[in-house]
Formats: sequence, C-alpha cells, structure tokens
Amino acid sequence: MRLGANTYVGGALVGLALSVAILAPWIALYDPVMDANLMNAELPPSREFPFGTDAQGRDIFSRIVYGSRISLTVGIVSQMCNSLIGVTLGLTAGFWGGWWDDLVSGLTNLMLAIPSLVFALAIMAILGPGLLSLVIALGLTAWSYSCRIARAQVLSLKSQGYIQAARILGYGDLRIMFTQVLPNILGPLIVIATLGMGGAILSEAALSFLGLGIRPPFPSWGSMLSEARDTIRSAPWLSVFPGLAIFFTVLGLNLLGDGLRDVLDPQSTTRRA
Amino acid sequence: MAEPLLTLQDLAVHFQVGSAFGGGVRTLKAVDGVDLDVAPGECLGLVGESGCGKSTLALSIMGLVPPTRGQVRLNGHELSKRERMATARTVQMVFQDPYASLNPRQTVRRTLADPLRLHGIANRTEVDHRVMDMLAKVGLRPDHADRYPHEFSGGQRQRIGIARALILQPKLVICDEPVSALDVSIRAQIINLLLELKDELGLAYIMISHDLGVVEHVSDRVAVMYLGRIVEQGGWQEIFEDPRHPYTRALIAAIPDPFHRADAFAKRAKAHGEIASALDPPAGCHFNPRCPLKADRCVSEVPLLEPVATGHRAACHFRERTA
Repeated sequence: MRLGANTYVGGALVGLALSVAILAPWIALYDPVMDANLMNAELPPSREFPFGTDAQGRDIFSRIVYGSRISLTVGIVSQMCNSLIGVTLGLTAGFWGGWWDDLVSGLTNLMLAIPSLVFALAIMAILGPGLLSLVIALGLTAWSYSCRIARAQVLSLKSQGYIQAARILGYGDLRIMFTQVLPNILGPLIVIATLGMGGAILSEAALSFLGLGIRPPFPSWGSMLSEARDTIRSAPWLSVFPGLAIFFTVLGLNLLGDGLRDVLDPQSTTRRA
Repeated sequence: MAEPLLTLQDLAVHFQVGSAFGGGVRTLKAVDGVDLDVAPGECLGLVGESGCGKSTLALSIMGLVPPTRGQVRLNGHELSKRERMATARTVQMVFQDPYASLNPRQTVRRTLADPLRLHGIANRTEVDHRVMDMLAKVGLRPDHADRYPHEFSGGQRQRIGIARALILQPKLVICDEPVSALDVSIRAQIINLLLELKDELGLAYIMISHDLGVVEHVSDRVAVMYLGRIVEQGGWQEIFEDPRHPYTRALIAAIPDPFHRADAFAKRAKAHGEIASALDPPAGCHFNPRCPLKADRCVSEVPLLEPVATGHRAACHFRERTA
C-alpha cells in the first residue's frame, strides 16, 4: 500500500506531540510551575531557556512540554465524544427516518444556532473549572457537524442496492448500519474529527482565557497564549511558541486525517489484476 | 401442477404521495391486485414498461415494501408471519445495477462469507469451501475472492451479485432487470449463466424485464404487467405465438425482429402515446387510451383476467379476437 508523503508528515507531527506529552518529565528542563524566578522574567530565548521565559520567569519550553498533556487530552478526548455522539445520532436518524430523524435534526439545528462555545461556557459554569469539566463541556457541544455529515451521507447511501441486498440476506438494522453503511461514510467523518480536534484545542484556549478552563499556574497551550496577550509586542516569544505548538499539532492532525481517509478507501489502493 | 413455491393473492401496494398542502395527498397504485404463482424450478417472466410496478412487486415479495392489501405466501406460509431469516434462505434477489449493488468496502470473500456466518455456518473451512464453490459456479477464479468490487467489470460484478443471491441456497431468485445495465455483448453470458444455474440447482426465477426479447429466452411462463395490473399471463409459447391482449402484441411488435416473424400483427399492434400516470390511471381498462381496439365498454368496465385457453389468461374484453 502506498501512502502519500502528507500522511507521513502528519503522522510524525502527531507522534511527536504525543511522545512529548507522555515523556514530559524527561524532556522538560525545569518544573513548569515551581521554578518561577522573577529575576528571570521575560527573558528572550537563550541557551539556558530555549524558548525564553514568561512574566514569572518560568521556562516557556518546559511549560509547552507539560501543556501538551492538557491540550492533547482535551483535543482528542472531547472530539472523540463529539464524534461518537454525532455519528450515532446522524447514522440512526438518517437510517430510520421518521420521528427520530425529526427529533435529531431539530436538536442539531438547535446546537448549530447557539455558538458551541457559549454552550460550553454554560456547562463549565455549572461544573466548575478543571480538566474533566473541560472535556465534558467541549465533548457535548460540538457534535452537530459530524451528525449533519453522517445523516446526509446515510441518506445518499440508503437506497443503494447493497443495502437492500443486506436486508434481503437477513441482516438486522444495526448490522446494516455498522457493516454496510458506516465503513462507506467514514472518510468525511474522519476529516471532520481531525478538524474538530484542532477546534477543541482552540476552544480550550478560549475557555482558559476566560478563567473557566485550566486554572493558573498550571500550563495549557491555550492559557499560555492568553496570558501572553499583553506582551505580544514587548516579548513575542511568550505567544509565538505556544502558538507554533498549536499550529503544528493541528496541522499534523489534519494531514493524518486526510491520509487515513485515503487508506480506508479501497479504490485508492488499486492493485494490478 | 406441483404445490406452488410462491403465491400472490390480490397483492396491492399503494403509496401516499404529495403533501397535505400544495395539491393534497394522492394515492399511487404501484401494484393493484396481482394474482400470481410460481412453481418450484419454474421461470416466470414478468414484463412491462418502466413504471408499471414490476420492481415494486419484487420488493414487496421480498418484504421490503409492506403490501397495502392481499397476501404473499411462500411455501404456503404467509410472508408477514414468516421469520426474516427463513425468508432470506428461501427467496433472494439479483439487482439491476451491478455498480450500486456491491459494497465497495468489502472484498468478494466477505460479501459471500458474511451471510453464511449470519445464518449460523460458523465452521471456517465450511464457509471457505462454500465461498470458493460458489465462485466457481458463477465463473470466477479463486483469486478473485480477495479483490474489491471496483476491480471488476460490469459483467463480473453481476456474477458476484448472482453468487451473493445464491450463497444461502434459496429456492426462488428474483432477477430485477439482471442484464439491462450490461453491455449487449455480456448479456448473453449472464443469461446463459442464470439458465445453467437454474438447471444445476433446481431454482425458480422471477425474471423481471422491460425487454420481451430477454424474457423469451428464459421463461417457462410469462406475465405481462401494465400500470400495476397483470394484463396477460400464460406459457411463453401462447404469449409469443398467440397474444390476446393488445398491449402484449405491442410489446412483441417492439422486439427487434430481423426475421419478420411478427409481421402478421406488427402494423396494427403499435401502441400510441406514453404510458399513463399511475397517479391518475384511465378509467376502465388502463390501456384504453393507447389501444387500437378501444370501444365504449373499455372505458366503462374493467376487464378481468379471464381464461383464453388452459393456463392462458388475458384481461381484455376482446380476448377472443385473434389478431
């Protein structure tokens, strides 16, 4: 099987982000929270502090390394919740139709009408700050995209001969949905999911900025970015490096998602007869 | 005649179309009171123009479309009371479009093996053996088993579709226009394959087609359908040599005929105009606006399917008039 170069680049970037998160204690040069020293405040990148220091004199590199744990957890886990909810609702709504479809479509429109960040904000206000509340808040509020896509794809596939054939062969509804329909609509759903992971990482940044996400002094990429807002002119390294971390992670996820879609499509891996 | 395998009694499938706003709800009578039976090992040809209800009839026999009225009996049991799995092992279907009827994400092996497992054949060697055996029966090579549908031509795909329909060893196979999506050069191959399998496995077929030429080659009996009703039914010889319904004559006259066999009635048999809408069928005999024999009676009175000879019935007030 031949994979495009993009898939390898995406896989490498995501792999790098994941291994940094897992191996954080061995990679970080300093403690991200405790090693504050106001004497070192806002130092530009140097041999001692590769990415510079922040207003409290903490090493930015070490904070990015530890922050990857929170950003990746929030991004991946919450998007998995969204995909699970969205695909389940969209698949069943498109397949069964009727009142269930009306209900799900109505709910989807409701979710799309209210900005999901506002929704997440409300949930965070109820649950209080913290990693778990972040995952729950972001994991319950952005499923409408995958739901819409899944439903539309099911509708276009439902009348295909092989779905009817499966029914005639005695397959039950659930078996048809999971063996005949789902594999054929997975491509766009994976792309939506990888885009959503990037979106979730950015939403975490927004919520942390509002004081509802990760509480200082613990680092997440989003909260680092929002803290750096005031010094973007005087000490740009405070915002540039967390921003680059987000950028490369989201880029990697998108490239990997695109590549995975091709891998899952048998027509893109034609063999010679 | 032997105990029929499939019996349809007054089968009707009506759809509600339109909305309560804009025009109101109307009833589309796709199938409207069809009586048919199929004996084991027999091939029944079902012909008619597009939109006459052939495919709806097939789907309703398969249980995919619920009948509005009437009964479908398989082996003497009414369909609605039969279990889904038992039905699957008795009746199967070959679809028209070989490009849409195979799951593009499944290899041929999975397409054929999954139904076997679903129906309780768990032994791997047994499943493998039956898959390979079926591939050989439909003329595919063993190494085709691990390929995906897009790697096959239309004719080969239709062979896979036939293999899938036969893998559960059904007694009756409904072929819904099995060759109309294929190149003319491939059609004869597929028709011959179906005939060979019929003899080898003792299958009964319902061969649905809009092309009498296809039906003529394979059918023991022929039923002609027009706007949801059977208008003529009989052995293929009677239908082709002594057609009594003007619509049947028109269909036969439309077969490309280099030997001028049908000259006797070809000129008079032409049907004029288009098939009427099933939403608003003509009163009386549905065929009357296009019929060369039209009389007042045809508008006021619905002709019933009455016997002409043994096993030959026609729904025409002038069925005694030979062309």
